[in-house]
Amino acid sequence: MDIFLQQMVNGLLLGSIYALVALGYTMVYGILGLINFAHGDIVMVGAMVTLSTIGVLEGHLPIGVILLVACLVAIVVCVLMGLLLERVAYRPLRHAPRLAPLITAIGVSLLIQYSAALIWGKQYIALPELFKPSQYVWAGVEINALQIFIFVLALLIMASLALFVKHTRLGRAMQATEQNADSATLMGVNTTGVIALTFAIGAAIGAVAGVMIDLYYGQAHYFMGFLLGLKAFTAAVLGGIGHIGGAMLGGLLLGVIESLSAGYIGDLTGGLFGSNYRDVFTFFVLIGVLMLRPSGLLGRATTERA
Amino acid sequence: MGNQSLLEAHHLGKHFGGLRALNQVSLNILRGEIFGLIGPNGAGKTTLFNLITGIYPPDEGTLFFNQQPLNGLKTHQITRAGIARTFQNIRLFSQMSALENVMVGCHPRTRTGVWGALFNTASARAEEAMILARAHALLKTCGLSQQAQRQAYQLSYGDQRRLEIARALATEPQLLALDEPAAGLNHTETEALKTLLLHLNAQGMTLLLIEHDVKLVMGLCDRMAVLDFGEKIAEGSPREVRQNPHVIKAYLGTDPIDEPAPVNPS
Repeated sequence: MDIFLQQMVNGLLLGSIYALVALGYTMVYGILGLINFAHGDIVMVGAMVTLSTIGVLEGHLPIGVILLVACLVAIVVCVLMGLLLERVAYRPLRHAPRLAPLITAIGVSLLIQYSAALIWGKQYIALPELFKPSQYVWAGVEINALQIFIFVLALLIMASLALFVKHTRLGRAMQATEQNADSATLMGVNTTGVIALTFAIGAAIGAVAGVMIDLYYGQAHYFMGFLLGLKAFTAAVLGGIGHIGGAMLGGLLLGVIESLSAGYIGDLTGGLFGSNYRDVFTFFVLIGVLMLRPSGLLGRATTERA
Repeated sequence: MGNQSLLEAHHLGKHFGGLRALNQVSLNILRGEIFGLIGPNGAGKTTLFNLITGIYPPDEGTLFFNQQPLNGLKTHQITRAGIARTFQNIRLFSQMSALENVMVGCHPRTRTGVWGALFNTASARAEEAMILARAHALLKTCGLSQQAQRQAYQLSYGDQRRLEIARALATEPQLLALDEPAAGLNHTETEALKTLLLHLNAQGMTLLLIEHDVKLVMGLCDRMAVLDFGEKIAEGSPREVRQNPHVIKAYLGTDPIDEPAPVNPS
């Protein structure tokens, strides 16, 4: 039972980070019908920029200020990247066959990965030990203050996004563009601007996810955006791609699935497979969802968009 | 001031490949009037609407709105300039509530941006409250108060049509262009629509109306124009248009009696 609870807690925490990344996929898909495979790499850049900023500032400022500044720098860099990506790589292909932007996305993903390898090198970069978060034990479950902070912040970001989309002028413009772009422009909505805004919001949230990954794993790597991106994409599909609430639910669920499988896989297979096989479960989930419920948990069954 | 021109079209032309959809069409719509546009299927009515609302640019000619040229403006900028339209085939935001549909229409007359939304500033809250009040008022005008919270796709056909009008009105247009607003409506719904349009016009709204229901157009419009094969063949009051020989020819054909009946080769 202890293991179960502990893995649930770990899973929810990890899942909250997946959910943040999944939001970037799902928002862009909702509005453009495009799977932006470069999104995971933008998160990676966020994580890398954060580490670099911390490296520069370490020892000069109080720790809280350093983290805040690092986070802001990461957000600015990622938002600029997201906007540039949309402008240069995707906007010219807005009316091209759907395969073209998809392949472009894969190309951009590789470009970002290898640019990052040139800038930061191919080795893992570790987060310096900035502080010792206080540890809590409750009902046999261990959790530290940093983990609680990450989880609460992730939930806050998700709630804010949901409120933004539902209850603000620009959020409504995003929904309108998603549902019928032609009608939206006739309502005076600048859909080009709304699409750019969508990329910017996705990238900003991705940047924060990058910071969280630094804090959670204590390290970052130029290639980590690939697997992270695939998992977040799986989470988005699990929840129903294009559906913002679905990305949140899918992310949390996927985190829990991954954690539980890591905790129990050894026992279940008599030690044949170790916890390092947990990623396999992620993709079992993806295949299972695509076979059984392609529109995802919260998605509506839709016919292919015209 | 009553006969000041609001929308002027000068020698508009548009072709799609070899098809001349519009040829040298000139119109002058006056502020405060109801102007009807009729013509057989494929006459170019919807093409003219698409040119006016900037869906695509004219190949020839110029449009002036309030004496300002519209050329080169994007659709959303034309909406901001004061032209709103509805569609022949309804295009609502189907997964949003009726109220939210109208609230989207308030977009061009409001300004809260990312910062206002992020920090929920006082001006952002005030504007949101204003949008909400306005949307409710417009739903009431169009007789949709009861349906405010229902998703657009759940509304009846007639209500969807009126919701499109409410949403277009939310953009605060000076010219409201309606593409076959009575299509598919039953008699009662058509009467309600007519009352609504007359009410809007009485408040000073200029209306441009494409309609197949000739009786409705004749009853509503101050002036009208007739298109046939992309050319304007008549313009004037409903009475003048009805007596125009070109119009009679376009609608009834030249010699309907002499035409040989189609033979079924079986």
